[in-house]
Amino acid sequence: MFEGYSLAELGSIFAMQGFAGLILFSVFVLMALGLAIIFGQMGVINMAHGEFMILGAYVTYLCSTLVSQHAPALFPVYFFVAMILAFIASGLLGMLVEWGMIRFLYKRPLDTLLATWGLSLILQQIFRSVFGAREVGVVLPDWLMGSVAVTDTIEVPINGLFVMALTMAITVVIYVVMFRSRWGQGVRAVMQNRTMAGAVGINTEKVDRYTFGLGCGIAGVAGSAFTMVGSTGPTSGQLYIVDTFLVVVFGGAQSLLGTIASAFAISQAQSTMEFFLSGSTAKVLTLLTVIVILMLRPQGLFVLKVRR
Amino acid sequence: MKQAIQSGSPFRVTGEMAGVLLLALFIVVVLPLGLDTFRLNMVGKYLTYAFVALGLVLCWGSAGILSLGQGIFFGLGGYCMAMFLKLEASSPEATKIQSTPGIPDFMDWNQLTALPWFWEPFHSLTFSVVAVVAVPALLAFVVGLAMFKRRVGGVYFAIITQAFAAILTILIVGQQGYTGGINGITDLRTLKGWDIRTDEAKLVLYFVNAALLIGCILLCLYVRHSKLGRILVALRDKEDRVRFSGYDVANFKIFVFCFAAALSAVGGAMFTLQVGFMSPSFVGIVPSIEMVIYCAVGGRLSLLGAVYGTLLVNWAKTLLSESFPELWLFAMGALFIGVVMVFPNGLAGLYQQYLAPHVKRALSRGRTIAPAPASATTSAIVPPHTAAD
Amino acid sequence: MSNPTDYLLAVEGLTVSFDGFKAVNDLSFYVDANEIHVIIGPNGAGKTTVLDLICGRTRASGGSIKFRNKELTAMKEHEIVKAGVGRKFQNPSIYDDLTVFENLEISFPRGRSVFGALAFKRDAEVRDRVAEIAEMIFLTDHLDQRAEYLSHGQKQWLEIGMLLIQDPELLMLDEPVAGMSVNERKKTAELLNKIIQNRSVLVIEHDMKFVEDIAHRVTVLHQGKILSEGSMERVKNDPKVVEVYLGH
Repeated sequence: MFEGYSLAELGSIFAMQGFAGLILFSVFVLMALGLAIIFGQMGVINMAHGEFMILGAYVTYLCSTLVSQHAPALFPVYFFVAMILAFIASGLLGMLVEWGMIRFLYKRPLDTLLATWGLSLILQQIFRSVFGAREVGVVLPDWLMGSVAVTDTIEVPINGLFVMALTMAITVVIYVVMFRSRWGQGVRAVMQNRTMAGAVGINTEKVDRYTFGLGCGIAGVAGSAFTMVGSTGPTSGQLYIVDTFLVVVFGGAQSLLGTIASAFAISQAQSTMEFFLSGSTAKVLTLLTVIVILMLRPQGLFVLKVRR
Repeated sequence: MKQAIQSGSPFRVTGEMAGVLLLALFIVVVLPLGLDTFRLNMVGKYLTYAFVALGLVLCWGSAGILSLGQGIFFGLGGYCMAMFLKLEASSPEATKIQSTPGIPDFMDWNQLTALPWFWEPFHSLTFSVVAVVAVPALLAFVVGLAMFKRRVGGVYFAIITQAFAAILTILIVGQQGYTGGINGITDLRTLKGWDIRTDEAKLVLYFVNAALLIGCILLCLYVRHSKLGRILVALRDKEDRVRFSGYDVANFKIFVFCFAAALSAVGGAMFTLQVGFMSPSFVGIVPSIEMVIYCAVGGRLSLLGAVYGTLLVNWAKTLLSESFPELWLFAMGALFIGVVMVFPNGLAGLYQQYLAPHVKRALSRGRTIAPAPASATTSAIVPPHTAAD
Repeated sequence: MSNPTDYLLAVEGLTVSFDGFKAVNDLSFYVDANEIHVIIGPNGAGKTTVLDLICGRTRASGGSIKFRNKELTAMKEHEIVKAGVGRKFQNPSIYDDLTVFENLEISFPRGRSVFGALAFKRDAEVRDRVAEIAEMIFLTDHLDQRAEYLSHGQKQWLEIGMLLIQDPELLMLDEPVAGMSVNERKKTAELLNKIIQNRSVLVIEHDMKFVEDIAHRVTVLHQGKILSEGSMERVKNDPKVVEVYLGH
């Protein structure tokens, strides 16, 4: 598949595809982080995770439209406000869902899966009723447009760089919140031994609710980032959900580092193969590889050996 | 009395048989008398999904293995049938305007000049009929072997089957020269010269389908009442205990997964015959999980419930999407949430709880000794009322 | 290490570590034919892990487990059961959704393959054997009841019955009297005394009175290692044992 390209060209192709893969990687990581918190820490399968992301994307779209109409002066910085609003909107909805649905289903993971699938259908239809069936795109401020030419043949889009920087920042924040703060300690305590955590004075219900909210909120931010690299439609979230689950499971559900590593591996594999093969073949091959590896190593890439 | 119950619960079996008979009466007599050919054909289409639901009752309800990829098997069964029919419809005479006569039209459009090797055996009806069951069962066997021997289960299994559904859809859509792509395999005409598009043929196919469905229900009942059926329930509950009672648990899971796959495939083949085409829209993630809801609405533990559930959901879907298309997704979503949170045992559970006691009382008034009736929907979990008497 | 032994079960140099932590460390002990061997020890001593290792639930990092000179460490769980090792779990592990009869029937050692189970017939042999066991475990009147509705003690008995019907040569019981009332406890001791005839039993138990009643030999486990071994009398007077128990 490499014939017809010179070495220098191949180098550029790999670099450019690698970069395209990095953007995909960023979106994966953002989506997967939220899921990794909800699934890895709480053991809840949230099939509506994609819709929480799309909610964030729509919030961003609304901000972009409103700001450009009513306060054009603020346009260059609207994106930051939009991100915060996206986080709040998805997070609040997440907490509501946890309160109304998830908390009744903690012992029944398969049922949770089905119920959240139902939720995703309802959210999709709400999006369709409110925003229409057509995909919408946001207008990016000027400073995010264009690209930086690294060499003659390699160009790097600025919005991609921005998304990556954002991903890194969010990852660091999540790491600090989950593993360095007292609150994160409380979350892990509850997940490991609910009764005991309750006995030592941790409000387990509140921890559940906020953890779920946090995971969904991160999905909202992912949606914000998503608007920069793709357009948003009612069903855009559904396209990513299986991929994202594979990312999380592949990485070893409990491990944030694993999630990031597996998002990197999967996105790079897919985007590099995409250039040489058709997009669909690349995707099929990637998914199959992941599944085969999962069969050999069901616990994922990173996992501790524990007593059952 | 005790002896009787221990030797295979004949009372419950009688009740179940009554239930099967009632269902048979409903779909073989009542529906054909009450509906015109168009509507009846539609019911026939719904009933093909019921095969999938039956498989899910055993796989998910009994054994606790939730597969979100049953569309794969439904689709494969359907495609095997469609390939045979397509080849018959693509005789050199019928396709002489193509640049390569004698191959299916979509291949010609995609610049294929010869029939791909894997299409060749589908010239034979016998091969195709065998393939309808064998291909999906074999795939299920391979997947099951890989997953269950490695003890992948629960939500992981569900997600991976879902990924398989995604993969197969992408493959079918992407390889359109070989598969007909997104449109699927369409324009099917005759089966060994018999035109399947006429009203008369549709009527015949409806009855064939109904008979097959009843047959499959009986087969499922047999499996369920065998020790294997009880082992499935046992391993849903305490997998380790079963393992440490000397069973190779993975083999049982593989069996039930293959069995469910084969059932789905029969449904898929009957779908192709009755509807006249097969496409990837019955294979992917969304249709596969929808099939789960048919089973859940009927009651995940009840074979007969699954059939009624399938009919009801599809009937509602047709009704709603004809008149209020935007409401359908809301209804579907609500159904998923409601059935999980409020009615985990579906229609069968409701029947057990509210109707069965009345039916029983009414029947026992007529006789002195009442054989616990109409507990066709009973199952291991639903309820103490009947089995314990 | 691979010399044949006369012991029914020979555990030698058994080691398992979980992420660096050695739950069982270079453990060796032997069980004779028809011997009742009790393992005691404080919480976290690795008692349950030892049973897990023998029945194949956990894989050993090193060492060997020989049952009638057959190496168990490489065998699958169901093969170990077929070789004649039965194991009762700590919490009663029975099938809630099936009747007592069905619970026992599933454990009946016939038709254990997929197609064997499909063709399995509930014949007189099965019914008689189930009835026999049911009587032994005091559940004759509950055969048609769903196991879910049994009391905690009855569930323990049922699980013991499920093992008995397999007629294993080595029976492993993990705290068989835990959580039982005094009356149930007495009946269980009676039951155990009945069923341990003609087979070897490996028991984990905390109840010292109970241990004294049944044990031929006692092994005291502490932090994955053997602290003391011998008759109950000897173990009880071992200063190391006293220190570990009272020190906690």
